[in-house]
Amino acid sequence: MTVGAVLAVVPPRFIGQIVDALNVGTELGVVIALALGSVSFAAAEAAVRGFSRYQIINASRRIEYEMRNDLLAHLQTMHLGYFQHQRIGDLMARLTNDLTAVRQMYGFGIVMSASTTMLLLFTVVSMVGVSVKLTILTLLLMPVASGTFWIVGRRVHHKFQQLQSQFGEMSTKAQENFSGIRVVKAFSQEEPEIASFAEVNEEYVRRAVDLARLNSLIWPAMAFIMGIAVLATLYVGGRDAIEGQLTIGQLIQFIAYQNLISWPMIAFGEITNIFQQGWASLLRLQEIFNARASITEPVDPVDAAIRGEVELRGVSFAYGQSIILRDVSFKVPAGGSLAIVGATGSGKSTIVNLVPRLFDPQQGDVLIDGVDVKRYPLEKLRRAVGYVPQETFLFSVPLRENVGFGAAEMLTDTQLQWAGDVSQLNKDVEDFPARFDTMVGERGVTLSGGQKQRTAIARAVAKDPRILILDDALSAVDTYTEAEILRRLRGVMRERTSIVVAHRISTVKDADEILVLEGGRIVERGPHAELLRSKGRYAQMYRRQLLEEELEVDEERDQRDKRLRAEQRDEPSPAAPRLPSERLGLQD
Amino acid sequence: MGHGHGGGGGSGGFVHDDEILGKAYDATLTRRLVSYLKPYGRQVALAVVLLFLMSATQILPPVIAKFIIDTAISPAVSGAITQAEGFARLAMLGAAFVAVLAAASGFRFWQNVLTTSIGQRAMYDLRLQLFRHLQYLSLGFFDRNPVGRLMTRITNDIDALTEMVSRGVVSIFGDLFTLAAVMVVMLLLDARLALLTFLVIPVLVGITAFFRGMMRDSFRAIRIRLARVNAYLNETLSGMSIVQLFTRERATFAQFDDLNEDLYQANRGAVRAMSTFQPSIMFTRAVTSAMLFVAGGYWIIRGELTIGTLSAFWLLLEQFFRPILDLAERYNILQAAMASSERVFTLLDTEATIVDPPDPVELEHVRGEVRFDKVSFAYNEPDWVLRDVDFTISAGESVAIVGATGAGKTSIISLISRFYDVQRGGILLDGVDLRRMRQRDVRRHVGVVLQDPFIFAGTVASNIRLNDSAITDEQVRWAARFVNADKFIERLPDRYDTVVTERGSTLSVGQKQLLAFARAIAFNPEIMLVLDEATSSVDTETERLIQDALQKLMRGRTSIVIAHRLSTIQNVDRILVLHKGRLVEAGSHRDLLARRGVYHRLYELQYRAHETAQT
Repeated sequence: MTVGAVLAVVPPRFIGQIVDALNVGTELGVVIALALGSVSFAAAEAAVRGFSRYQIINASRRIEYEMRNDLLAHLQTMHLGYFQHQRIGDLMARLTNDLTAVRQMYGFGIVMSASTTMLLLFTVVSMVGVSVKLTILTLLLMPVASGTFWIVGRRVHHKFQQLQSQFGEMSTKAQENFSGIRVVKAFSQEEPEIASFAEVNEEYVRRAVDLARLNSLIWPAMAFIMGIAVLATLYVGGRDAIEGQLTIGQLIQFIAYQNLISWPMIAFGEITNIFQQGWASLLRLQEIFNARASITEPVDPVDAAIRGEVELRGVSFAYGQSIILRDVSFKVPAGGSLAIVGATGSGKSTIVNLVPRLFDPQQGDVLIDGVDVKRYPLEKLRRAVGYVPQETFLFSVPLRENVGFGAAEMLTDTQLQWAGDVSQLNKDVEDFPARFDTMVGERGVTLSGGQKQRTAIARAVAKDPRILILDDALSAVDTYTEAEILRRLRGVMRERTSIVVAHRISTVKDADEILVLEGGRIVERGPHAELLRSKGRYAQMYRRQLLEEELEVDEERDQRDKRLRAEQRDEPSPAAPRLPSERLGLQD
Repeated sequence: MGHGHGGGGGSGGFVHDDEILGKAYDATLTRRLVSYLKPYGRQVALAVVLLFLMSATQILPPVIAKFIIDTAISPAVSGAITQAEGFARLAMLGAAFVAVLAAASGFRFWQNVLTTSIGQRAMYDLRLQLFRHLQYLSLGFFDRNPVGRLMTRITNDIDALTEMVSRGVVSIFGDLFTLAAVMVVMLLLDARLALLTFLVIPVLVGITAFFRGMMRDSFRAIRIRLARVNAYLNETLSGMSIVQLFTRERATFAQFDDLNEDLYQANRGAVRAMSTFQPSIMFTRAVTSAMLFVAGGYWIIRGELTIGTLSAFWLLLEQFFRPILDLAERYNILQAAMASSERVFTLLDTEATIVDPPDPVELEHVRGEVRFDKVSFAYNEPDWVLRDVDFTISAGESVAIVGATGAGKTSIISLISRFYDVQRGGILLDGVDLRRMRQRDVRRHVGVVLQDPFIFAGTVASNIRLNDSAITDEQVRWAARFVNADKFIERLPDRYDTVVTERGSTLSVGQKQLLAFARAIAFNPEIMLVLDEATSSVDTETERLIQDALQKLMRGRTSIVIAHRLSTIQNVDRILVLHKGRLVEAGSHRDLLARRGVYHRLYELQYRAHETAQT
């Protein structure tokens, strides 16, 4: 940078000398010599400048790359609560816009400020050599340029943010409309929707033009100020030349210096903006880095193999002010099965989230095989748990990779088939263009809700976990398929522990123990039959689900009971209605 | 609202148009873009004039500088004129300089504002046209195109076009004008020196052509790879708990690192190109100015050129080279805009498959008879969803449609609203084929309650009446009361004026469903379609309210319900049983049970849970 700046200051000197030489009258040889000198310095400057620019900008790209990697690596260690608190959209904005601003600060910002400072320094020194008066004059005018740029720039920034927020409004409006297009059409709301979009669009354009008016001011103003600087030099320097205090060559040389620093002076304003934005962005990124994971690796890890006994001991859990779980205790022996029912918001999902440590409880302990889950290495703990979340999330990769997401190695076809069979996914896969190699998501097949849930089940099963957790994971699956899945799972789970959260009684009734949750407390517990006998909330729930049908089909029931008894005699295996699925065509 | 046609969804072969890359210039697209400027012809003309004036005034200062040197300073120094005379000329020319400078700046400002607002206005029109176009595209289109993609078209892509119209195109014109003006002035000042200067043009063309290729490839690579990096990040962040639960952190990170590294390499290419391009242009400028001085010096020595003219040439050189240095940025803008315009126009050219007839039949009074006349339907042929379905629902009758998932139930609902057209047969409303009526007329008579109740940003009341001002507050409240929604609404902070957000996140699933009921009943349609499939995440209390509301909705009007709840099925007049797209059974609950066919089996499955209760 310094070398570049030094080299840059030299050519104007040659030019000045050429002009003076010409003015006095000289040989062409002298001119050629001076011109060659000027070119060689310019060449050296171009080379040095190109090189240093490449180095710095490239370094800034490297920094961006490293930071992006570090951000992801850091975010991967963050707990679930962090992502619920921090919206993904906001995080993405930081990982894109803010990262860009930081990169520009490191790259362009540094290049510009370094080269500007150096250039300014050497140029001013050289200018003083020509004329102190003109230098002072220039230095008085130049800050006007950077100042104007800076002030206008700030207001532009403000207007720009207003524009951005309207851009957000417009996006939201469009998103809402496209997502709800069925309702829009069903209620013939197209025209009102167009009108309301036009309004948002109009305001956006208004703000954009508003911004443009201010933005358009900058460059003409700069050109004007710089022009005035040149004029001032010509006028004042011209008078000096006429009075013989300055040669014309020196005058030209001085204008060349002005040209040299005019852009850097303007750039000062720009650089300030880049640094301001970059710094603010860096702070926002720093916030991400400063966020501490609340779920961390144990200090003294336990290395025993996990068998699968799950126990909660006096567990209480709160989200901020609202208490979700109060003093919950239970124990599922290894290989046992537990079901949890209760109204929305009663804390069911929270309980199952505690086992693989998506959250840690504020009070009480979660134990696996009698050891606090906090003492297992996270990877070991989570490898032992197969989890099917309430909201299915699949990745845009082939189905095979989605199913094998948690497996240590690539799944073999046999494993894949097996997982697909347990989750009743295989039949659907037959219909996909590339079977298990079909891409999921936008670039491939769009799966139905049921297909997604079953893929998630296959994914959890394919891990071959000691503990399987289904968090309301069969809600989009029809009753028949549900029965099939549960039947197969029972086979798979014979030696594993299972915890199932559900709304449907049919899903939970075969569990060894059922917990009924209300307001974060266990209000009833026991096997299905026992709970029904005790005629408590579970029985009530059960009746609510089925009462109406029962009451209204009394007549049919007598017939059916007779028939069923007859059927049971005919068919010795009452486990599941073995209806050939072919005939019923129960694919999603 | 996914209809189960998992297979073939992607094989329909829509273009993955996010990867359309764009040439920097495409005549057809440009012509079409320019057509949006037509309504603003007068402003465009003015902008061009201003552009011309701007270029002309911008190159005058160096010329004035020449006169300052040649007619004021030089003669005064050499004693050809008096010092006083020199000062006077200096002052006069200085005043002219300021005037020209002020004019140039003024023109430039005016021109900038004008072109930006033209660009914004034109793109406002295009954006609105696109939105309007999308409103009337058939539902099948929305099934194929994810919301995110459509949003990108209407926001980012149009913004890229605005950028091009107001910055790219204008700057290029401005640059060309400036270049032309510089060349003319140079020729006027001194033809020989000018021609000598022009020798550099082929060199510049060569350099830019060389770098243009490099830059095009780099910019293109950057755009694709950046999109990949961000898509991957977005997905990973959204699914972070899955990544963690399945201990995939390392694998995910490794994949991300690959993508990130790819992006870095692409950027590196661009940085290399840029950091070679700019210095080489600057070097060329230095060589040119040295040439100028040597040749100019020669002619000055021979007395054929003045120092002022040489200085003016030297100052003009700056204006000659600046546009070329900005070329890379311009190029990037153009390239992005071409890609965007291609995507936007592709969207605009997508034709609606469901259109209103030229001479629509208008029904005076709708009774509400619905008839399916040998209907066969497929989202993608030949995956038939409905095969030869034939039935009539008389006015006022309530009918439930049952069948396993994928039997075609949802499709029947969609078809009655004419969201799709059938391939064979016809659907008749009071004996008139739906295709012979206007869509909005059909939908005015057909109310729909969808499975996934959609809530618009607004208030509770505005979600019930939507934009129909004919529905009074009283009617809104009545509708809410009718469907049991009033209880929870009364408990909300601002009752009917409570603000609800996008996707209704402040309301529970059950509450949203009740709100959707209220909306449907507020429009008082003759035919009510209800999609009531498994929603297991509703608590029992709300469930009871919903069931009750459902019964009320169906009373006294033609109603067709896709029933999940047995209670609903038992209350309807007739049940249609669909099996693999065919209508296999029809009749009352009791009749169908007695028949012991498909319905019986379906019923058995639902009923299995009862048995344990009785033990």
